[in-house]
Amino acid sequence: MISTELVDISRLQFAVTALYHFLFVPLTIGLAVMLVAMELTYVTTGRPIYKDMVKFWGKLFGINFALGVTTGITMEFQFGTNWAYYSHYVGDIFGAPLAIEGLMAFFLESTFIGLFFFGWDKLSKWKHFMVTVFMALGSNLSALWILIANGWMQNPVGTEFSFITMRMEMTDFWSIVFNPVAQAKFVHTVSAGYVTAALFVLGISSYYLLKGRDLDFARRSFRIAAGFGFASALSVIVLGDESGYSVGEAQHTKLAAMEAMWHTEPAPAPFTLFALPNEKTQTNEYEIQIPYAMGLIGTRSISKTIPGIAEIKEKNRARIINGMIAVTALEQLRKDKTNATALATFNAHKVDLGFGLLLKKYTEDVSAATPAMIQQAVDSTIPKIAPMFWSFRIMVALGFLFLILFSFALLYSIKGNFIEKRWLLRWALWFIPMPWVAIELGWIVAEYGRQPWSIYGVLPTHLSVSSLTPGNVYASLAGFVAFYTVLLIVEVYLMAKYARLGPASLGTGRYHGETKHGGGTIPVGAPADKA
Amino acid sequence: MDYESLKLIWWLLVGVLLIGFAIMDGHDMGVGTLLPFVGRNDLERRAVINTVAPHWEGNQVWFVTAGGAIFAAWPLIYATAFSGFYWAMMAALWALFFRPVGFTYRSKIHNATWRSTWDWGLFIGGAVPPIIFGVAFGNLLLGVPFQFDDTLRSSYTGTFWQLLNPFGLLAGVVSLSMLTFQGANYLMLRTEGDIYRRVRTASLIFGVATLVTFALAGLWIMKGIDGYVITSHIDPNALPDPMDKTVVKTAGAWMSNYTTYAWAKWIPIGTFIAIALGIVFSRLHKAGLAFVASSITCAGIIGTAGVSMFPFLMPSSSDPRSSLTVWDSVSSELTLGVMLGATVVFMPLIIFYTSWAYKVMWGKVTTDFIKANDHSVY
Repeated sequence: MISTELVDISRLQFAVTALYHFLFVPLTIGLAVMLVAMELTYVTTGRPIYKDMVKFWGKLFGINFALGVTTGITMEFQFGTNWAYYSHYVGDIFGAPLAIEGLMAFFLESTFIGLFFFGWDKLSKWKHFMVTVFMALGSNLSALWILIANGWMQNPVGTEFSFITMRMEMTDFWSIVFNPVAQAKFVHTVSAGYVTAALFVLGISSYYLLKGRDLDFARRSFRIAAGFGFASALSVIVLGDESGYSVGEAQHTKLAAMEAMWHTEPAPAPFTLFALPNEKTQTNEYEIQIPYAMGLIGTRSISKTIPGIAEIKEKNRARIINGMIAVTALEQLRKDKTNATALATFNAHKVDLGFGLLLKKYTEDVSAATPAMIQQAVDSTIPKIAPMFWSFRIMVALGFLFLILFSFALLYSIKGNFIEKRWLLRWALWFIPMPWVAIELGWIVAEYGRQPWSIYGVLPTHLSVSSLTPGNVYASLAGFVAFYTVLLIVEVYLMAKYARLGPASLGTGRYHGETKHGGGTIPVGAPADKA
Repeated sequence: MDYESLKLIWWLLVGVLLIGFAIMDGHDMGVGTLLPFVGRNDLERRAVINTVAPHWEGNQVWFVTAGGAIFAAWPLIYATAFSGFYWAMMAALWALFFRPVGFTYRSKIHNATWRSTWDWGLFIGGAVPPIIFGVAFGNLLLGVPFQFDDTLRSSYTGTFWQLLNPFGLLAGVVSLSMLTFQGANYLMLRTEGDIYRRVRTASLIFGVATLVTFALAGLWIMKGIDGYVITSHIDPNALPDPMDKTVVKTAGAWMSNYTTYAWAKWIPIGTFIAIALGIVFSRLHKAGLAFVASSITCAGIIGTAGVSMFPFLMPSSSDPRSSLTVWDSVSSELTLGVMLGATVVFMPLIIFYTSWAYKVMWGKVTTDFIKANDHSVY
């Protein structure tokens, strides 16, 4: 039997490293696109201030990118080191988008990022602009392939189990690429990255405006961020991830969990604005509902029903019982590959193989699982409701606050009087961390919400781990926490230092803090060091 | 194209990716390894770092892509090797952490301790991964204690310390010497003056070290290491199932490919010639030719290891039948085909724009250049 402790600690390590990696990626994706917009303005207008904007925001982009790369390698390694059985069982499908991401996107992004930083004097204006475009294209395509891989975990299409190779095998590459869940995720995640970057630029520009320094630079940055942010915040909401929730059972389960929908409601279902979900009684207390809203959000229709938790569980119970037969037949087949009766039984029940494997958490011999074990397995198919319910609500609330903030920012940008709106500038400044909160909660909804599966309906998380001792994983987790803490301190320190220093860090002699040195070059970081 | 051909092509392609990694990421790892020794003050070190500043990120993708390709093409190798070599992998990963932050953050603060700390970080990020990858390769040649159960779940039964056996460590030194040789030759191309003189000395030292340790490892394999042989019939077109064969450990088995395929012996012979020429070119101040020779050396050493073991990829010393080979570690025919298509389309593009990036940034990086561009370079 696989130790539950090993599974839990492996999951914790994955969650910690993934959530951490995800602190850097969205900003990279979004800032890359904003740099393209800024540089396009530079090459078309020829005004050096826009070049300074590309260089300055590019500096902050670079500080952030370094940690994105550092922590990204961890993610790739970790599938092999800690989720070895997963790697074997689904590597045939899951590995391909990761490899293609490297070939098609990450090479592009990483090769051109070098020229982006160091090629200013070696390339013509337009050539450098194209370099920036390719860099941004690379980082966005990276997200596409990673989310194709992730979308497949939520909705495993284009694949079939082979009892000879004892794994899932790819049957249709293009259905994996055009998986609707992956496409919805891509649009939603990338837009969220754009919001993050827009608010980052908006907030830091607001800081300069509040301090009354680098006004010209900050004003122009603010305007670009306001326009870009408004469009992105709108897109995050309109093209929300739940547009993919009508497809695939994992998504139904998540929807029911994050809505705390204990029972199927007549269509269109109401949206629960507030409630205290009670796991024991399987009911909500102090419920406040908006009629019809959930049905519209979840199904984009007024007639489709959204299945509730109790109904999903009953469906899963039937699949688990069916899956027991598949697991037992598979075990016979693995001992004797020519056993024709076992093969026939297996083929008749293999759609539910994954559900049968859920029982492996409770017993070695799945064929002898007791009704109590089956009940445990049934209950395990629904993630805990409260974290899902609240993560989703806070994320959505933040999403709307971003839209409101950017609406004001855009409105006053058009009117041209945003510098007078100090409340707006302060709001933008203090709101800089919030997209990260929303994004991390979104990750929790998507990934915690998929539990108990690593691949929905195919492979339980419990079986996906490597054959390690929990002690090994405790130790490596401690190592990651130590490294990541130091790296985060260094990164935040540098980011704050350079943000405070502002465009003066370019050493052009044109910006705040430079003139008192006579406009010449000053040592990097000098004003901030004295502050 | 049939399954057998695809399996063979992917053996070659993973080899190509590993060689690409050694030539490209290898040279900037070599630069990291040499950094604290060939740069005696901050300006010199910045000059050294800035020879790879615009390129190391792209180069590191060879590593990431080789990892992704092994995941996609040989999922069982990915699963078994990464989880089996758990602590070696963690050590390599943590050493690699120092590179992106070392490069990017080092010169962002004017403080001698800060900068020297990151210089040693870049040294760790440059020297430790090649040693570990070398040790891992050495242990593949020796055989690794692991086995599969009925559900093809692998378990590694050895320890981390067991990997650090004499032959494994020798392989680690081969790998470190080879990549440092490569890095030194690259630096000869891009530096001048004092730094150039020092890296040329390093090139000669590590060239000789590569020659000697590669020869020693070769002798050791010939005389003292048992190879593995498949003793049952193999259908190369069959669905991959590692447990469907028998394997024995035999003396001299790692040499058998050189008798079966007469041309194969030209790979190690050519490697020796390349190393020797690399040393000669370095002595003659022909940096470009020395870099070509050390690049061929990287290809030759990786090729020699691959050809010696073929068709084995990861033999099991504790349960030889569980050994992983070119025939039974692979993903499905469709996946191999899709991946081949992606490689054929994108690899030429990658080589094209990478070459362009080097061309744009080409030239000697001097301390004067660093002084003049204090705010924009690393």
